[in-house]
Amino acid sequence: MSLPATGPDSGAPSGGARLTPVLTRRWPSPESWSLSTYRNTDGYQALPAALATEPGRLVELLKSSGLRGRGGAGFPTGLKWSFLPQGDGKPHYLVINADEGEPGTCKDLPLMLNDPHQLIEGCIITSFAIRANFCAIYVRGEAIHAIRRLVFAVEEAKAAGLLGRNILGTGFDLEIVVHAGAGAYICGEETALLDSLEGRRGQPRLKPPFPAVAGLYACPTVVNNVETICSVPAIVLGGADWYRSLGTEKSPGPKIYSLSGHVTRPGQYEAPMGTTLRQLLTSAGGMLDDIPLKFYTPGGSSTPLFSAAHIDVPLDFDDVAAAGSMLGTTALMIFNETVSVPWAVWKWLEFYKHESCGKCTPCREGTNWLTLILRRVVSGQGTLEDLDVMNDAAGNILGRSFCALGDAAATPVQSALKLFRGEFEDLVTGRTPPVVESRALVGAH
Amino acid sequence: MTTANRRIGVPEFDRTGYVYPDIARAQAAEIVAKYPQSRSALLPLLHLVQAEEGYITQDGVDFCAGVLGLTEAEVAAVATFYTMYKRRPCGEHLVSVCTNTLCATLGGDAIYSTLLHHLDVGNEETAGAPGTPGSITIESAECLAACDHAPVVTVNYEYYDNQTPDSALDLVTALQAGERPHPTRGAPLTDFRSVEREIAGVFTNLGDRVTATTQSPETLRGVLMAERNGETAPAMPENPPDFPPLPEKK
Repeated sequence: MSLPATGPDSGAPSGGARLTPVLTRRWPSPESWSLSTYRNTDGYQALPAALATEPGRLVELLKSSGLRGRGGAGFPTGLKWSFLPQGDGKPHYLVINADEGEPGTCKDLPLMLNDPHQLIEGCIITSFAIRANFCAIYVRGEAIHAIRRLVFAVEEAKAAGLLGRNILGTGFDLEIVVHAGAGAYICGEETALLDSLEGRRGQPRLKPPFPAVAGLYACPTVVNNVETICSVPAIVLGGADWYRSLGTEKSPGPKIYSLSGHVTRPGQYEAPMGTTLRQLLTSAGGMLDDIPLKFYTPGGSSTPLFSAAHIDVPLDFDDVAAAGSMLGTTALMIFNETVSVPWAVWKWLEFYKHESCGKCTPCREGTNWLTLILRRVVSGQGTLEDLDVMNDAAGNILGRSFCALGDAAATPVQSALKLFRGEFEDLVTGRTPPVVESRALVGAH
Repeated sequence: MTTANRRIGVPEFDRTGYVYPDIARAQAAEIVAKYPQSRSALLPLLHLVQAEEGYITQDGVDFCAGVLGLTEAEVAAVATFYTMYKRRPCGEHLVSVCTNTLCATLGGDAIYSTLLHHLDVGNEETAGAPGTPGSITIESAECLAACDHAPVVTVNYEYYDNQTPDSALDLVTALQAGERPHPTRGAPLTDFRSVEREIAGVFTNLGDRVTATTQSPETLRGVLMAERNGETAPAMPENPPDFPPLPEKK
């Protein structure tokens, strides 16, 4: 495929993505992270309207907006909120999953760095809607600068009467704690996150009960992704019809597409749900050095690979699923023809092996064995039988693990063997030289 | 404890004899007070231990257990689970090189091997006496959520974007010489222990620490392109529309 090269100063390239900044619109503003900038750009305008209505009507608004969770699973946000029992006498909690660590995913970090008040306003409105008076933002520990910006934003909001006791004189109280994790991918899984937030090892819990019934401290809890909650103020201001004017019927709204890898201008592109890779690549100046596309991930390494043949798949929840993958986090990692698929998969499996929490056998043992076999294959010492063993092992991890991390680890192996089996075979038979010298693997990871 | 009577499977931490000062105890109390239940403060407190001692020690485990009313085993179980808790003394600076697939493709592996060779150490090892000026601990890191800036290196978790083996070597050489090059996106560089105190939730001069720009070309690419092309999202109604009514009770 070839794509027109467009200079950074040219107008909208024909065939490019339609860009619709909503969540990212404040990012270029000076001191976009400050309360004054936020207030000068419609910030905290949704809050008085939200606090003046009944919580239940906010839930209905979110339901009718059709917003689906941006953390990967795409669960309808309003529906999730509606699961919380009412009048149960227990404290309710809002927990923000800001443990961004899915390989390729890099959208929540810039949201928190460059517009933290948008998240804070979303947290206040959401907490009111679900009747929570305590909210924790669980940020991966490495993201220290995002933590600074969030803590500062919380302090500024508090000083302005937007947080704390009796917010805007409405009688609604809310405390927000910015909580740092400590480097564990598994804590992106919502129940592992809750255990971690309770000061334990980050291991997933058996469901049910779901967090809506027994979440943080065994109380009703909503866990939502950063981008999801950042969408809430805009939905309150614009309404459901406005929100649905972007995107597709079943995946409404704008989406931040994160382009990385072999692309001329990697970065964050906010466009309506259902935009294709071809359109995004055109906006991003095409493939780096015009070397053709070989494969990409629609939403991080945990989503089945797409090949160049999938370049026109509309990137929304249902169309991506129909094409055999998952939208995930719209982390588009783009790889050209120079990249060995078995090598890429091996590197990802090293990651899953490292991040497996060890709670269940299929994932703990399976990721280890898959990694060992993949090492053998990429160093030219594999056998054809290894490929079948890998497929079989991946099939036994998928659906048999305690949580989705195991499924995620099986996914790149299965999809790569399906789409690019020939590459594995060539490494085994010696038709292509080893990608990695076996001695280079000593001490790797 | 000697090798002979070491218990298999029981994590061991160095006993340093460090006495946690009153100020650390006061900071711990502040952290605990933020949460509805005290045990939620354990992860931050372990970061505080690293701020005090540069790594997780037996004295640090005891400190957390004492503050939170937990057993040593409960604290140790958590301290050994998470990657950011270091079991060996850390250098003045912690250099993390992303070697996950995307960064590796664009040069992360080459950066990592260049730095290992230069420092003449292995993964998670320290060049120089830990904690002394210019000492560097190096690690290969999993995805650091900056893939559009690949390949990335962090020093004490501050981002140095779009690195090459040469630029990363210059960076590490400067750190060893006592310089502190400014991160691409992040606050002015301090050291590992100072950043660990911030991760624990204890800040000094936060107003100054937040100001350094994070508006990188990659971050702003889509939104600036939309601006240039005159593209926007559809206009919102002038006033927020009425909220939908509550569903009728069945």
